[in-house]
Amino acid sequence: MLRDEDRIYTNLYGFQSWDLKHAQKRGDWDGTKDILAKGRDWVIDEMKTAGLRGRGGAGFPAGVKWSFMPKESALPHYLVVNADEGEPGTCKDRDILRHEPHKLIEGCLLAGFAIGAHTAYIYVRGEYYNETMVLQAAIDEAYEAGLLGKNACGSGWDMDVFIHRGMGAYICGEESALIQSIEGKKGQPRAKPPFPAGVGVFGCPTTVNNVETIANAPTILRRGGEWFAALGPDNNNGTKVFCISGHVNTPCNVEEEMGIPLKELIEKHAGGVRGGWDNLLAIIPGGSSTPMLPKSVCDDVHMDFDSLRDQKSGLGTAAVIVMDKSADLMVAITRLARFYMHESCGQCTPCREGTGWLWRTMVRMEKGQASVDEIDRLLEVTRQIEGHTICALGDAAAWPIQGLFRHFRPEMEKRIADRRADAKTRAA
Amino acid sequence: MSNTENAHSVNAVEQPDSFEFSAESQAEIQKVLARYPADRKRSAVMPLLDIAQRQHGWLPRAAMDHVAELLDMPPIKVLEVATFYTMYNLKPVGEFHVQVCTNITCWLRGAPEIMRAARDVLGVESGMSADGRATLAEVECLGACVNAPVMQINDDLYEDLTYETAKAVLEALLRGEKPPIGSQTGRQGSCPCKGATTLKDHVPTDRQFKADKESV
Amino acid sequence: MPKLTIDGLEVEVPAGTSVLQAAEELGIEIPRFCYHERLPVAANCRMCLVEIEKMPKPVASCAMPVGEGMVVKTQSESALQARKNVMELLLINHPLDCPICDQGGECDLQDQAVAYGNDRGRYDHEKRAVSFKDFGPLIRTAMTRCIHCTRCVRFMTEIAGVPELGMVNRGEHAEITTYVQHSLTSELSGNLVDLCPVGALTSKPYANTARPWELTKTNSIDVFDGLGANIRIDSRGSAVLRIQPRLHEDVNEEWIGDKSRFACDGLAKRRLDRPFMRKNGVMQQATWTEVFAAIEGKLVQLQGHEIAAIAGDQADVEALYALKLLMQSLQSPHLDCRQDGAASDPKISASYRFNSTVAGIDDADAILIVGSNPRIESPVLNARIRKRYLKGDLKVAHIGPATDLTYKHDYLGDDIDVVQSLVNGQHPFFETLKAAERPMVIVGNGALARDDGARILGALRYLAEKTGMISDEWNGFNVLQTAASRVGGLALGFVPADNGYSTQGILKAAKQGDIKAVFLLGADQIETNSLDSAFVVYQGHHGDVGAQVADIILPGAAYTEKSATYVNMEGRVQRTQVAVLPPGEAKEDWKILRALSERLGKTLPFNSLAELRNHLTSAYPSFETFDEAQPGEWGSFGENGALDPSCGPLMSCISNYYMTDPISRASPTMAACTLEIVGEAETSRTGTDG
Repeated sequence: MLRDEDRIYTNLYGFQSWDLKHAQKRGDWDGTKDILAKGRDWVIDEMKTAGLRGRGGAGFPAGVKWSFMPKESALPHYLVVNADEGEPGTCKDRDILRHEPHKLIEGCLLAGFAIGAHTAYIYVRGEYYNETMVLQAAIDEAYEAGLLGKNACGSGWDMDVFIHRGMGAYICGEESALIQSIEGKKGQPRAKPPFPAGVGVFGCPTTVNNVETIANAPTILRRGGEWFAALGPDNNNGTKVFCISGHVNTPCNVEEEMGIPLKELIEKHAGGVRGGWDNLLAIIPGGSSTPMLPKSVCDDVHMDFDSLRDQKSGLGTAAVIVMDKSADLMVAITRLARFYMHESCGQCTPCREGTGWLWRTMVRMEKGQASVDEIDRLLEVTRQIEGHTICALGDAAAWPIQGLFRHFRPEMEKRIADRRADAKTRAA
Repeated sequence: MSNTENAHSVNAVEQPDSFEFSAESQAEIQKVLARYPADRKRSAVMPLLDIAQRQHGWLPRAAMDHVAELLDMPPIKVLEVATFYTMYNLKPVGEFHVQVCTNITCWLRGAPEIMRAARDVLGVESGMSADGRATLAEVECLGACVNAPVMQINDDLYEDLTYETAKAVLEALLRGEKPPIGSQTGRQGSCPCKGATTLKDHVPTDRQFKADKESV
Repeated sequence: MPKLTIDGLEVEVPAGTSVLQAAEELGIEIPRFCYHERLPVAANCRMCLVEIEKMPKPVASCAMPVGEGMVVKTQSESALQARKNVMELLLINHPLDCPICDQGGECDLQDQAVAYGNDRGRYDHEKRAVSFKDFGPLIRTAMTRCIHCTRCVRFMTEIAGVPELGMVNRGEHAEITTYVQHSLTSELSGNLVDLCPVGALTSKPYANTARPWELTKTNSIDVFDGLGANIRIDSRGSAVLRIQPRLHEDVNEEWIGDKSRFACDGLAKRRLDRPFMRKNGVMQQATWTEVFAAIEGKLVQLQGHEIAAIAGDQADVEALYALKLLMQSLQSPHLDCRQDGAASDPKISASYRFNSTVAGIDDADAILIVGSNPRIESPVLNARIRKRYLKGDLKVAHIGPATDLTYKHDYLGDDIDVVQSLVNGQHPFFETLKAAERPMVIVGNGALARDDGARILGALRYLAEKTGMISDEWNGFNVLQTAASRVGGLALGFVPADNGYSTQGILKAAKQGDIKAVFLLGADQIETNSLDSAFVVYQGHHGDVGAQVADIILPGAAYTEKSATYVNMEGRVQRTQVAVLPPGEAKEDWKILRALSERLGKTLPFNSLAELRNHLTSAYPSFETFDEAQPGEWGSFGENGALDPSCGPLMSCISNYYMTDPISRASPTMAACTLEIVGEAETSRTGTDG
């Protein structure tokens, strides 16, 4: 288990105040000027050494991403922080926003400096209104203390941090949709290339990072990339805030080392599966988009990008959704299908048309109006959507259904048959 | 509220003839506009629509027209934004906008019971209650999954609900009281309800990690 | 230049080219719905997916720039499967109403469904319903058929510059709509019909009229403004059913204005389909012999200087030439092709042409517009200015009627004093023009037809010379002609001869009784009450203003009914073709004049159209050069002298775009547009406007 000394988020639960005074006591904003004095290349190299992979789901190495920003450019650069936390099961960024805002704000300065940006926009989902108020107050404090603004921290670097509130669109968590949204448009993802590092907010070079990624940066840069890299398995370095929800005894967020066994994570921190580990049916390991894993896999899978990829799932946002044997997996996945239909931006054909088809078929199965051979058609439709769209929402809509039938097809077939029989009996 | 309802509302709902921002709203608008480059005023469309909605209670056409004019945007582009994002209400909502999350984690932990509580108190399946005081909607993930099930009422989240506590919250609000927001079990944030499993002895009182000044 | 391989063929294309475009270079067509070469890339239909080696997923070829060494497969199993997948999804909510859909037979979705679709659908849920949308009198909507390619939104936003369409809502509820249902107000909205790849947006006037395979297609030239847009006339039997644009990069690209497209229903209304003559004050049907005899009977009593001719805005070159020769043989010096009295100088061709050429707009970096509203005087030309504007670094200033030109510009007011101060070098925009590499002035006939028009012309010539608009490789002086007949008429000298009267002079002399017979060749935009006491022969195709004052009516042919030459504003010689025959006893105009000349004993020296054209080109060789912009010869033109504020504000020569000529005034569709788009306030002003 991760030692407390190695935890980044020492106020994750908000037992202390979020304010500057307490944040500084926790080590925030300590020697920021000295870090900046080491220069842009040092910062990026240190982040590369740390091997911090993006915490928003895709897991792209943050230091590498920062290094993509043009060194020389006539256009202003922008840092965009993705706090549009909306992946069902995920609520980690919320805790950073409301309990550790200064880690994020300091991270904005450091990352902004590293990528040559004087402006950062933190895009916070609209529903996090109270969290936004805390973040804004923290930003105001930072300005007042000279930590932001002109000559931030006395470093000679000017840094502005602004909040842009989302207004209810899951798709804005996709980086190019988020950029569109900041520009005052619908959140419809853009075709890539060009990538944001070339053409981002207002057509300028932009880096988009998740809240946790940016908020990790100050501690990494203070303690050194090596420290972070020493935690977790190779290529899956560091610590991670996990969200454990669903059928566990004590659902919670917790910062743990990458690569922690899933079972250990649940039993140590979430009080175990309701009714004991053997009562476990399946787990969605990384937020709603990642395919579910049956208990047999959960028994010994480790929680990191590569281990979960090997199980045809993913770490995603590290939102662990636990379902015990009382859960009706078909209803659960149908609910997710409805979610993706509701959140499709409607831009590309496969997702706009296909997500509704998936949901309607799932509903039919759930109601016992489907036949078993509709499973193959359903899976075909998921593959018609998957990989054919501008952004990954199409994939995200396809995977939960594929995961369900990959691991539970016999059960589902029986269920469909039973429900159909039930429905017939009721009708008769 | 579904998106279809949203767009059609513009034509279907009785609309006020005009809309003006209050002095307070105008001050807020100035702050918002300062966040974006001067030639990118359009970026302010989302916050401005929100300010209009907070002032008016919902978002009428006249407000969209007004925002379009202020930001020098074609009105259709404002409508696109207003109908894309679900938090804009293009028809009136009650004093209490009750949004119950029914997505997967809340569902696993009893969201249907919370919906039942809300329906029992408000007397509607969904939409505005008969007395017009509250509007009930089933919504997608609210981002408080380890505190499921949750509901959001206006800007506030009520977490770790049961049928009883959800009902109690709603009834208190309707009585004009202000029940505590957040967890209804008294739990601190996202900490495990039986006590923290980490950082138990680790309440940092001083700076723990200093930057290595020697290595500059 | 990156080199890549597509379907085993190597191609080298400039960096930034898309894979789809590179494939087109090789003649490989990749199916697409949302992609259109003149619109910004949306990449949303996903029909153009191809396989690219080393890329994990199929790639939208329209949005993927080529890369060195890329290996693209457009026909691989995965590419074909991807398209089939997309096609099925496109069709699940698309109604199976092809039999009642106007797009049937020319529908991209239908065509591509043949290639990539299945013979039956697997989607057995209810299809989507979409609420009805009213886009006004021109565009018929059936939004259940919409495939959300957003071509229409992008066209209105980018090309037309009238952002009235958007896609609201999201996900499967996404809908194309206007903001609070209203008519589209762009003069280019008809192009949506061509752009929409399915039957969601079709032509309202043409609704349920014909199937494409029933139509005879005739390539021709538009005559509703001075641009000379290339068009295709679709007819069935004797009826012109619709007009569509034809590609011409240097003229209209692939757009036409709504009047050019939709006024064609006016061709079947109020037609002059037989000769008429006034007997005892009442207009009555007559025979050709009778009317010719009556004309002869009148003219023999008159001297040449008592006879005059005025040509209208849609008169063709052949008729103008024939009438000019006839007037010469009658020894009349009074003829004019400028109904509006514009002060063009027929001797200096640069004084009345769009010398920069239409395509030259693409090179301009500063534009001054004077006394014109190009948006309604030539919508397609205006879209070209907008296209140039979108490329950046273009400064536009406008002196004329305050209006939304669809691009940002400095509006300098409508006061003639502003022109004066510019010419004097006092106005800041003078320096802008001077600093520009390719400055342009565009002057409209709204300015040149004023009483001080000749002085405005002179002043702007001076301005052009002073601001470096005139050089060996650039002529930035442009007149925006709205009349299809104008440049041709001026070039062949359909203007007053020595001591001859111009239009205003003819009208005045007719009123005073000095001119006793006036020949109107399709001239309707004049003060016809000046002609009350004169003997008026009207030759034309519509019972419009001119015909009402006529004593004799000679039924001519409309532009769709004759092979006729027109010269556009940049001096481009183009020719219409016969799509349908003139109605009843109406004849091609040159033939009428030839026959009349014989009756008058002044037989014109040609017996066929070919002979006429030979005669014309030997006198005016410029008519021999086909389909090439012919900018004018520079020279001294216009008059010196103070501009006259008492002439009032600078206006456009048009107030209602939809009704400017006999055909559009007869068009029910244009009447509907006038009512619904221009508004009732304007309706009362039409008729004499134009």
